[in-house]
Amino acid sequence: MKAAVDKDARPAADAGTAKPITLIEAVTQALAHEMRNDESVVVLGEDVGVNGGVFRATAGLQAQFGPMRVLDTPLDETTIAGLTVGMAAMGMKPVAEAQFDGFVYPMLDHIICHAARFRTRTRGRLTCPMVLRVPWGGGIRAPEHHSEANEALFTNVPGLRVVLPSSPARAYGLLLAAIREPDPVIYYEPKRIYRQYKELVPDDGEALPLDVCYVLRDGGDVTLVTWGAQVKETLEAAEQLAAEGISAEVIDVATLKPLDFATIAESVAKTGRCVIVHEAPRTAGFGAEIAARLAEQSMYDLVAPVERVTGFDAHMPLFRLEMKYMPAVEQIVAAAKRTLATS
Amino acid sequence: MRVAASFEIEFLQYLDPDGRLVVELPADAPPKEEILALFRQMLFLRTFDGKAVALQRTGKLGTYAPCLGHEATQVGIGAAMRPEDVLAPSYREYGAQILRGVQLREILMYWGGDERGNDYVNEPARHDFPWAVPIATQCLHAAGAALAFKLRGEQRVAVTCCGDGGSSKTDTYAAINAAGAYTLPFVQCIINNGWAISVPRSAQTGAQTLAQKGLAGGLHCLQVDGNDLFAVLEGMRRAMVRARSGEGGSVIEFLTYRLHDHTTADDARRYRDDAEVKEAWTRDPMTRLRSWLTAQGLWDEAQEKDWIAECTRLVDVEINAYLETKTQPPETMFDFLYADLPPDILDQRAQLLAREGRA
Repeated sequence: MKAAVDKDARPAADAGTAKPITLIEAVTQALAHEMRNDESVVVLGEDVGVNGGVFRATAGLQAQFGPMRVLDTPLDETTIAGLTVGMAAMGMKPVAEAQFDGFVYPMLDHIICHAARFRTRTRGRLTCPMVLRVPWGGGIRAPEHHSEANEALFTNVPGLRVVLPSSPARAYGLLLAAIREPDPVIYYEPKRIYRQYKELVPDDGEALPLDVCYVLRDGGDVTLVTWGAQVKETLEAAEQLAAEGISAEVIDVATLKPLDFATIAESVAKTGRCVIVHEAPRTAGFGAEIAARLAEQSMYDLVAPVERVTGFDAHMPLFRLEMKYMPAVEQIVAAAKRTLATS
Repeated sequence: MRVAASFEIEFLQYLDPDGRLVVELPADAPPKEEILALFRQMLFLRTFDGKAVALQRTGKLGTYAPCLGHEATQVGIGAAMRPEDVLAPSYREYGAQILRGVQLREILMYWGGDERGNDYVNEPARHDFPWAVPIATQCLHAAGAALAFKLRGEQRVAVTCCGDGGSSKTDTYAAINAAGAYTLPFVQCIINNGWAISVPRSAQTGAQTLAQKGLAGGLHCLQVDGNDLFAVLEGMRRAMVRARSGEGGSVIEFLTYRLHDHTTADDARRYRDDAEVKEAWTRDPMTRLRSWLTAQGLWDEAQEKDWIAECTRLVDVEINAYLETKTQPPETMFDFLYADLPPDILDQRAQLLAREGRA
């Protein structure tokens, strides 16, 4: 499968009317678009109604669509997940919000035992077209349990899609695609870069393809593979490497499951080197899956061992130390240089 | 003393274990012919259940959860529902499901290791939820279905079942709470058969009744004799009327007894006194309804003999259909994972075919 073209550089067709928006505003824009487009789409979660969400992702939606389309739920994640599965099985398209990544655990029974396997266990009689939006990762000086990078949990579950956009344009296009998908999607939102920068994202209702990697920067010396908020550090690392004459290709995996490994393999066939960057703990993090596939399928293209730059196999510390936990630009640069030193 | 809240739980029983009326039948009780039809349905269910256990004992079925003793509760729940309503069962409520169109061969296929057992072919079961093994998760799915009905303005009711053990789960409390918070057309049936595998009802909770668990969520609560078809029908009728008229949800506790082991993989003699089971047989739902129907001149031994022979014939047809069902090709484990199988997983499907020598 071909990697999709990065859509950050969209034609500025309605540049005259639209204003550049942040990643979180792109989420809101996509939700509103699809609620207008499809009556069966409803939004539910804790504080998503009058309050507009603790991050403001659903700001204004209840005023626009009413309390029958934007529902505040009782304060119970099990309830949110279970209701969502039931509504989806009855033909609605619920978009549920887990307020923070550390609160998804009570939802797992419903996501794993039911949402992910409804289609299989009923041989297609019932399906579960739902989206679970999960503000993801650390770096916003939040309290305990608010900063978890737990995407690997879901990548081990058959029947799910796990999506993690890293720019306003991809947040918009991939959320539209996720809502239109007839199967359940875990849609993580990198909250550290919710408001990092703005870009023009026309509200044209055009979805971006799921299940493909996005090549954000072409390069020939080393492949840097990442997703989510680490796209920021990885692009900065590529910039620094370029200053030293090293050309790094940067791939945003975007959909972790199912994985578009072909795009990664194609890049590694060109560069012979790969650094995988992720915020989650190292052991059995999703980088391990990519590294394993490189070992299986790209062994003879590699001229250096695969490097991983990841969070530690330690709990995400409280916020004074959280940036000490996460991969930094200099580690990515150093790892890339190690792969170059080997040859 | 100032009282912040107080409550009482009504208990419904019309027929005593000997089939005598303890109070007058409810004004809305179905006509006698309908009661007779439901009794025949209960006999059909018992015939099937016994044969399913025998199939497992002879190695022709996997683990099976018998429903012996639950006939009045299950058939009564199914009979109270309209086609447009939706049922979210646990894994034992065949009596309700058969009334909604689930075929015996589907029940056997599910316990016989074939997912197609959950692909109910007939309406209205086709839009019902499949069996749910993880305990009580189905309660929240029913609440979600009820929420969908309410949001879409549909006059439909979601009915779900769990056991006395299931009533301890987070999901049951959560479903009851959500149904109260949103005033949902929702009926939570708690089928209290006395045992959650080896743990008795007394060890599940300190609550006097399981029905009262609905109070905390603001639902209407009722306890009925689950071995008395009239009580089951009247309890369900009230709950369905409330739900359909927008008054909200109900919790009904059905007092019945698990006359068999939990499943065919269980041996209740390890933890349950024979004397208790013997006593429970005196409250068998079949006996009392049979006595009542006989007293009404609607049933006799000859009719019973003929009907059981007919049930046996009907069940055998289904068993044969089940036994003749060919195993699905192994690649079907991939074919319903996603609407369209992603290329990433297509590779693994190809590997499976290669392993089978069919690449």
